[in-house]
Parts: sequence; C-alpha cells; structure tokens
Amino acid sequence: MSAGVEIERVSFGYGATRVLEDVSLTIRKGEFFAFLGPSGSGKTTLLRLIAGFGMPDSGRILIGGRDATRQAPWARNVGLVFQSYALWPHMTVAQNVAFGLERRRVPRAEREQRVKAALELVGLAHLMDRRPAQLSGGQQQRVAIARTLAIEPEVLLLDEPLSNLDAGLRAGVRAELVELQRRLGLTTILVTHDQEEANAAADRMAVLDEGRVLQVGSPAELYDHPANRFVAGFLGTANLIDGEVTSDGFRAGGIALPVHAGATPGRATLALRPQALSLLRDGAGSLPARVVRAEFLGGHVRYTLEAGQGIRLIAEEPHLRGLQPLPPGAPVGVAVDPAQTTLLRH
Amino acid sequence: MSATTLPSAAARPWRARWRIEASPVQVLAALLVLAFLLAFLVVPVGRVFVVAFTGAEGGFTLVHFGDFFRTSLFIESFWNSLYVAAMSVVVASLIAVPLAVILARHRFPGAALITTLGVLPLVMPPFVGAVAMQLVFGRNGTVNLLLMDWFGFRIPLMEGLNGVIFVQALHYFPFILMNLTASLSNIDVAMEEAGQNLGAKGFTLLRTIVLPLALPGYLAGASLVFVKVFDDLATPLLLNVTNMLAPQAYLRVTSVGLGDPMGYVISVILVVVSVIAMAGAALILRGRDFATQQRGGGGLARRPLSPLGKALAWSFVIPVLLLVLAPHVGILLLSLATVWSFSPLPDGFTLAHYATVLRETPQFLTNTLLYCGLAGAIDVVIGVVIAWLVLRTKLPGRKLLDLMAMSALAVPGLVLGIGILRTYFDVKMPDGASLATSWIMLTIVYAVRRLPYALRAATAALQQVHRSLEEAAENLGAGKTTTLTRIVVPLMAGGLAAAFVTSFATAAVELSATLVLATRDVDAPLSYGIYVFMQSAAGRGPGAALGVIAVLTVAVCTYAAHRIAERERSRRMREGRATA
Repeated sequence: MSAGVEIERVSFGYGATRVLEDVSLTIRKGEFFAFLGPSGSGKTTLLRLIAGFGMPDSGRILIGGRDATRQAPWARNVGLVFQSYALWPHMTVAQNVAFGLERRRVPRAEREQRVKAALELVGLAHLMDRRPAQLSGGQQQRVAIARTLAIEPEVLLLDEPLSNLDAGLRAGVRAELVELQRRLGLTTILVTHDQEEANAAADRMAVLDEGRVLQVGSPAELYDHPANRFVAGFLGTANLIDGEVTSDGFRAGGIALPVHAGATPGRATLALRPQALSLLRDGAGSLPARVVRAEFLGGHVRYTLEAGQGIRLIAEEPHLRGLQPLPPGAPVGVAVDPAQTTLLRH
Repeated sequence: MSATTLPSAAARPWRARWRIEASPVQVLAALLVLAFLLAFLVVPVGRVFVVAFTGAEGGFTLVHFGDFFRTSLFIESFWNSLYVAAMSVVVASLIAVPLAVILARHRFPGAALITTLGVLPLVMPPFVGAVAMQLVFGRNGTVNLLLMDWFGFRIPLMEGLNGVIFVQALHYFPFILMNLTASLSNIDVAMEEAGQNLGAKGFTLLRTIVLPLALPGYLAGASLVFVKVFDDLATPLLLNVTNMLAPQAYLRVTSVGLGDPMGYVISVILVVVSVIAMAGAALILRGRDFATQQRGGGGLARRPLSPLGKALAWSFVIPVLLLVLAPHVGILLLSLATVWSFSPLPDGFTLAHYATVLRETPQFLTNTLLYCGLAGAIDVVIGVVIAWLVLRTKLPGRKLLDLMAMSALAVPGLVLGIGILRTYFDVKMPDGASLATSWIMLTIVYAVRRLPYALRAATAALQQVHRSLEEAAENLGAGKTTTLTRIVVPLMAGGLAAAFVTSFATAAVELSATLVLATRDVDAPLSYGIYVFMQSAAGRGPGAALGVIAVLTVAVCTYAAHRIAERERSRRMREGRATA
C-alpha cells in the first residue's frame, strides 16, 4: 500500500529558467517528510513532478521501487492535496470524494462505503450532501484530504496545506494531520515555507534553495548541525560571524570566541543560536558587549548587542517578573558555550 | 427595573428604524430619478399590461388572450418566434463553443483572429447585415448563383425563418463566445489537475470537470441570445418575415391602430417569455457562481495543438471568419455598387450613394448624433446618481431604484415603444404634434433602454473609488462638494466615458423602438433612415451607404470605449503596484 519515493538526480526547468538542479532524495516508506524552502526554491515543482505534473528534463522518480518518471498523472496512485484544495464547486462533498473511486471503477456499494469511511476519517461524514461553498475553510481542507485518501494512495502529497487556514486553526490542524499520518502509516510529503510547520510535523526534511537540496535530516539535526549559512539562518535565528579559526579560538572584528577543541584553523563562519549566548548582567564572562536594542517578547527579551569592532550579536534572556530589560548603551558580559557553536566552512 | 423605563427602552429601536438617514439633496435626487423611471418606463410598460387585460367595456378580462390563442396566425407566429430563438442559440453555439474551446484551452496562433471574430459582428447591426446577407447568401445572391452555375443547386439559407436564424446567429454568437471563454479561462487549473490526480483524463475530464464548471458562462450567454432574438423586430421585418411575434405586434399597432388589443397581448407575451427565459437561466445558475468559489492558481493550462488539431482549428476558423465578414463585405459592396442584381458581384462601382445620403438626407446623421449624444449624457447622469445613492447613502428604497432601472433590460424596445405611444400619444407639443412621436421622446426612450449598461458601469466606477480616498480628502479639510469634484468624479471619469460611448453606440443602431416612434423623415435617426431606404430596390445603395456609416460609427465608438477601459485598467494596475 504505502510506498517510498526515490528521486534520482532530477533536473527541471522552464526554458532558460532552472527550477531544480540535480536533486536526489530518498523518502522512506511510511515516513512524514517535508520539503522546506523559501518561495522560488523549487519545492512545489518537485512535489508536482512526483504527482506527474511535468516531466523532469533528466533524472528519475521511483515510487515504490517502480520508475514513474514518464507515467501520466492519472496513471499514478499518488494523492495530491492542493494548496487551494481544488474542490469541485459543482459537486457535493460525497461526489467529490467518490470521483477517484468512480475513475477506478469501484462498484457502487463498495464506493459508497469507502466514501463514508474516508469522510469519517476526517470527521465530516455528516456533511456529505453539502456543497464545498457551504463549508468553512478548515472543513474544505478535510474534504480535500478525504478525497485523496479515498483512493488509498501510495503516497500523500500536501502542498502548503495550512497556508489557507486562519492562524488560530493551524496548530490544531497540523496536529490532526500528523495524528492521521501516524495512524495510516502513509508516506507523506509536506511542502512548506514555514520552518515551524516542518519542524512540528516531519520525521525528516529537506531544505531547498534555488532548486538545490541543501541538507537532509531530522528537524533537530538540521537545527543543531546546519551544513551551511542558509540552513543555519533559515531554521530559527542564528548569529553568523565571518572570521578565522586560530589556535586560541575564533577571531573576528577584534573579539575572540571559544570553539570546540580540535577545530582546524582557517577562514570560517561561526553560527551561534541566541540561546547559546548567556547574558551576564554583572559584566562577567569572556566577552564584553554593549546593548544596542532590547525587544520585549513576553517569555524572553531579545537583545541586539555590539562587541569588538561592530560585531552584532543577538542574544535572548528569559524574562521573569521583576527583571527590567537593560537600556540601550548598558554594558553586559557575554558567555559562550563552545559545545553550542557550529563552524561552517566555505 | 422600574415600570416607567420599559416603554421608552422598547421604543428606541422603533425610532431608530424609522429615522430616515438622508439629506434633502439625496431625497430630491432620488425623487427626480424615480419620476423619470416611473414616467418613461414603469407607467408605459404598465399601460401595455393594463390594455392587454382590459375588456372593451373596461374591467379585467382574459378574452384578448383567448383571441390570441384562437388565431392560427398568432399561434404560428408564437411557435415561429420560439423556434427561431432556440435555433439561433443552437447555431450560435455551433459557432461559438469550438471557438471558445480553441481560444481558452489551446495555444493557437490564430487566437487574435478569433478575438477579432468575436467583435466584428457586434459592430454590425443585424438589420444592416440582413440586407447584405440576402445579397451574398440569398436565393439570387453571390453564393447561390455560383453554386447554381457550377453545381446546379442552391442552398436555401436565407429562405423564410432560415434567414432570420442565420442572420441572428451570426450576429449574436459573440455573446456565447465571450461568456464561455471567460468562464473557461476562469477555471482554476488546480480543478483540472485534481481530476487528473484522481485518475481522470481526456474526454472524461472534460465531461466531469471542465464543462460543468463552464456551464454558467455558457448559459448566461445562451439565455441572452435567446431573449434578444425572441424580442427582435428589425431583422425579421427587413427580411420580410412577418409571421413572428414582434413583427405581428408592430403590424397590428401600426396598421390596425393603437386601439387594437392584439399588439399589447403580444407585447405581454414577449415580456413574459423573456422574463421566464432569464429567470430560468438565473434559477439554474443559482449557487453556481463558480468563479468566486475558486481561489489560487491561474486559468486552465493552454496546451499546444497537434498538427492535426491545428489543421482542424484553422479549417474551422477560416470559414467562420468568411461567414462573419460576409455582411460587412456585402454592405460595403452594395454601398459602392451601381447595380447589383442577379449577379455574383456588382456591375460597377460608384461613390454616388454616399453623395446622395450626405446631400439629401444629412439629417439622419445629425439627428443620431444629437439624440444618442443626449441619451448617453442622460444615462451617465442618472447612472451616477443611482450608483451614488446605492453605494454612498442610506436612503430607504435606494436598492429599489437600482432594480427599477435595471428592469429595462427585460423590456423589448418594441414593447417600450408601444407603451410610450399609448401613454403619450394624446399629449401635444406646442406645435400641435404628438409628444410620443417627437424627437424628445425618441431620445428619452434611447436613454431608458441603455440605462442598465450605464448604471452598471457607473456602479463599477464608483466601487473602484475606495471610501478612504474620500475620507482622506475630508480629513484634509475638503467639503462634500470639493471632494466630489476633485476626487470622486476625476477617479470615475474613465468608467463614465466608456459608459457614455457604449450607450451612444448601441443607441445609434437601435431600431425596434425607433420603428414604432419615428414618423417623419426630418426627425428620424440613422437606423430609421437605413430601414426606409432598404424598403425600395432603388434605395438599397444609399441605405447601404448609411449602413456603412453606422457600422463605422459603432466600430469607432466600440474601439474608443475599449481603449478607455484598457487605459483605466492599466492606470489602476500601476496604482495598485504603487500602494502594494
């Protein structure tokens, strides 16, 4: 039933515009995978190629081990949930869900039962006879998912499934999606530009930019060990400082920062998460700095600091009642835990 | 809670409900528009209905309708009108549907040609085209003479009802083409891809997804064609087909007299069938405004045509182009012909007909410029007033005013003409002539008939002016009048200019009401002049010359309206980008 997807050295473009460059990925059977990237990174194009909308200029796409590269969309058993849901307004909810089963010539009795089952799965069996226009955005999305699940696809493809929902609904729907995926054990690929969405839902993800896969791994792996500047900056906030690794630490703009022992000397970029910097109000710590700006964000205060010759650092301090944010210009000390630093080589 | 506070608390919403939130200026403006609509639309049409249901000694009666359905000529006319209207829809669909599918779904090198095809018939009033079609496709027209010479047979394209269907279908197919193309290209491409993703392809996809989604556009166009053809007087009359409803009503009123009830009975039937057709379409379309229920994605993907597909497309588009151009070429040739009779082409060419119409009957042209210009101006003014009342005030009954003005759409020109004649025939002008047949009334009737288009244009133009633009001016110290003249009107100007030009151009070729109301050549407009000339064989040349002038006028105006609208659109897009 559920199947893995292998993408082998796929390239794709429209005329002179390159959209995907030599993309290779393995999505394992039953896992929840995410394509994460900014708009224009090629993530939606890659998803559409898996569904058969467009053919790679080179490379292969294997679904469940069989080569599907040249297969027409209607001949694949891959379910795509569109960003706009694409529910047909001239059909009822039940007719929408039954459509794929009719095309597969499923006998009427079985069809009706499977339509009902699919709608029960998303909790909408009672709205079978409504038209899409009579449903809320969240309900429409569930119908779109039920319509796709009814054909029992080998792979479920979700194109920005949360982007058309109100902000307040997203976290809940996301949790439901994950729960559904776990229950069905269905290979699922989620396309999103929202790192939080990918982090929360995916077992593993691929970060894409400008048509290339930059890094693949679990959300925590990518966050903790970004392979390059882009991944470090795209997943969460990171201080990225260009400088040089020397025998006594990392030097940049007149300051020295500790790095883990055994780092090879040479030019590099140091990536530091804000929470890796400890703010010491008494001025202690290895690095003296000055507050440029303080933003009160509720649970924590985000400081922009300046150290050495114009090195800007972002640090976060947990906020507790009674603790006044430091004013601009105030001197502070900064301590850096070498275990939390990542060195990026060029 | 004390007992004394209860009544006043309960009375508050009542007082709020009854307070009229309107200034005296608004009330006055609304009353003036209301008086105009009552006097020249509601009362005349109401009069037609009353006469149709009033017996010889007064009182309500259905006896006239009984007479109608006992008279074989009327029964025949009724079925003929239905048949012609339905067949015109069929023939127009045969032309329009393939063109729309090619245009909206395929990359076709002749796309611009199809777009042109969709406009050409609209600038040619069908009654002008009708005569030219006789000359090209008639019994002794170019095509049949050549067929006879070469193959020994004729095609009876222009015989009787066939001629009306042929001319009407060729004139009105653009309504279906435009509506269907629009709704086909409004279909979100994801709608089709979702079908493919779930296993549908080719014809199944077309049948289950694409066509049902495009149905609203098709029905909107088709019902419009049906109603226009069903109500049309001028085309059958020019083709000498009188056994249809509109010509029968016209003949009864003009030959038997204003007192004869049959003209009114037929008028009522025309209105009722038109309303049923439009209401029926609206009923089917209810809740199916699919365009607004789709979001995201652009239009359907246009796919390249295979060589065979391309060949098929061209072999359809070229003959249609020739058909569509036939009346244009025919009328041009006729206007330049010395003699054109029983021959494929005219015997010789001359400019004499143009000289004749310009020298002997220049009033047809000047009259049209005057009447239609005035009518266009009246439409813009009333349109703006109603739009302003509806969108910017809380005047009670403002929606009703809008509805009343729009209801002119359901009233055939012939019916309005008969109603006006009946209502105002006995009102005398200072010179003793009847007000009903004066040029003033003709102008007013043109204004009433075109008001719905101008009103929609004015409403759209005012909707484009966001309320905050006015509030910004008021916030900076501008009064209501300054705001109106410096902010609102300049921003609406483009839309209003387009509305004026459209009203003018369509009024210039209106003939149904004109035929009923115009009596003297000196007061008559262009469309009446063409009709009168075309009645005699000798007048066909000058009539055609007038026809060419009319076509050119409409073409220039249509182009101007299109340009104005385009300029507005690009201006708005620039502004949109600037603020985005």
